[in-house]
Amino acid sequence: MKNKVVITGLGVVAPNGVGLDAFTEAIKNGKSGIVFHQNLEDLNFSCCIGGIPQVSEEKKLEYLTPLQLRGFNSSGILYGCMAAIDAWKDAGLNVDPKSELDYDSGTIFGTGTSGVDKFRDAIYKLDDKQVKRLGSTVVVQTMASGISAYLGGILGLGNQVTTNSSACTTGTEAIIMGFERIQSGKAKRMLVGSCSDDGPYIWGGFDAMRVMTYKHNESPTQGSRPMSASASGFVPGSGAGAFVLESLESALERGATIYAEVLGGHVNSGGQRHSGTMTAPNPEAVQKCITKAMDNANIKSSDIDVINGHLTATSKDVLEIENWIKALNRNGKDFPHINSLKSMVGHCLAAAGSIESVATVLQLNGQFIFPNINCEDVHPEILELIAEEKIPKKILQKELRMAIKASFGFGDVNACVIFKRYIE
Amino acid sequence: MNKEELIVKLKSIVAPYIQDEVAFSNLSESTNFITDLKINSANLVDVILDVEDEFDIRIENDEMEQMTSVKAAMDIVTMKLADK
Repeated sequence: MKNKVVITGLGVVAPNGVGLDAFTEAIKNGKSGIVFHQNLEDLNFSCCIGGIPQVSEEKKLEYLTPLQLRGFNSSGILYGCMAAIDAWKDAGLNVDPKSELDYDSGTIFGTGTSGVDKFRDAIYKLDDKQVKRLGSTVVVQTMASGISAYLGGILGLGNQVTTNSSACTTGTEAIIMGFERIQSGKAKRMLVGSCSDDGPYIWGGFDAMRVMTYKHNESPTQGSRPMSASASGFVPGSGAGAFVLESLESALERGATIYAEVLGGHVNSGGQRHSGTMTAPNPEAVQKCITKAMDNANIKSSDIDVINGHLTATSKDVLEIENWIKALNRNGKDFPHINSLKSMVGHCLAAAGSIESVATVLQLNGQFIFPNINCEDVHPEILELIAEEKIPKKILQKELRMAIKASFGFGDVNACVIFKRYIE
Repeated sequence: MNKEELIVKLKSIVAPYIQDEVAFSNLSESTNFITDLKINSANLVDVILDVEDEFDIRIENDEMEQMTSVKAAMDIVTMKLADK
């Protein structure tokens, strides 16, 4: 007998809102978190805009101790800790440094690169022959599993504590991995999510690839344009999203608030075969990932009310819509509603899947579909495939039962997860 | 710098790292950083760096190994300052 898995806690640190309340307000109102960054221009970036969560020094102290913040320079770990601790508390669980070790709870919290600014500091010191002056936290702030290591200690987690990394698929993959661990009975509770650093050393490689837009340095909030005819590349973002996943039994036992049920999901790879490459998805694998997720959740495509796409605002958006159509076998007016959070927060890279999944679950819980901004000129090839009304540009109050979310990452890796509204 | 001044300075340096408030308030020459103040061994590295910065000195690996108590720290700092 497989355990049912539900969501009992949410946390989010996003460019357009830090904390669940601010973020919910922001996505309902189509608030953009994209701004111009002078340091990017000073470094000769083509794309000088991006999304960075606003966190004051005072706010940091609500999550990390003054000692933890000494010599601390890892934005991703900060955002990850904030989102995760928020999710943990939101689930009605305690944060107590003296708590008993909890063997029933673990974490799978992903990232792409951790502590890149800390790493840069360390490299400069090291090249200056000052290796002895690095201090004690370079390793924990720059190791990939830094985020899960911080969380394991802060919360006293005794089940699996690990970090996954699969580019822009990371956050969605983490949800599925945690889901499977609870479903199979290996854990009662898993804190899952992902985080990403921000700034020039994370974003530079993408600028070099010319995949980010350089056309909106004067109009940052209009820069991220998923599904739009004038989409000209993605806008980089950062932050973190977190979920407390829990067996239904455990959630009911605790009397916890249940946001939604995780029905199932699937993770696969296109193997960079057929038209898949290191940076472009193999359409066959994408479609298979979506259909396998539906099989795993034991639902029909007609059950799906809303899609939260990967939709980065590059030329690949049309291909993604084609893939959804083929996988769901629905098109035109029969296609579900679809939106992309990237219009407001940009592409938060490793954090994208988790932040976007938080938005997806908030929709189910609040019975609304958040608007796509910067999509007044829907791409004509997309309009040939699906009805324009399926791409809401204003918030839509609607009865929703089932939402599907997918992420596709560099390396040709895919993840797709299905959430269902929970009704007692 | 006399002993009392040195202890006051060392006390302010270790303050952020201590895990035992009582031992910290009773800090004396005989206080051990690890067993009394419960400073973890990774953080002891940071204490040494802070001492280096505060007194503008450099502490070598073998000296660092000996610097487990307030007394040992005072001796090494005093010696380094005299050599300057």
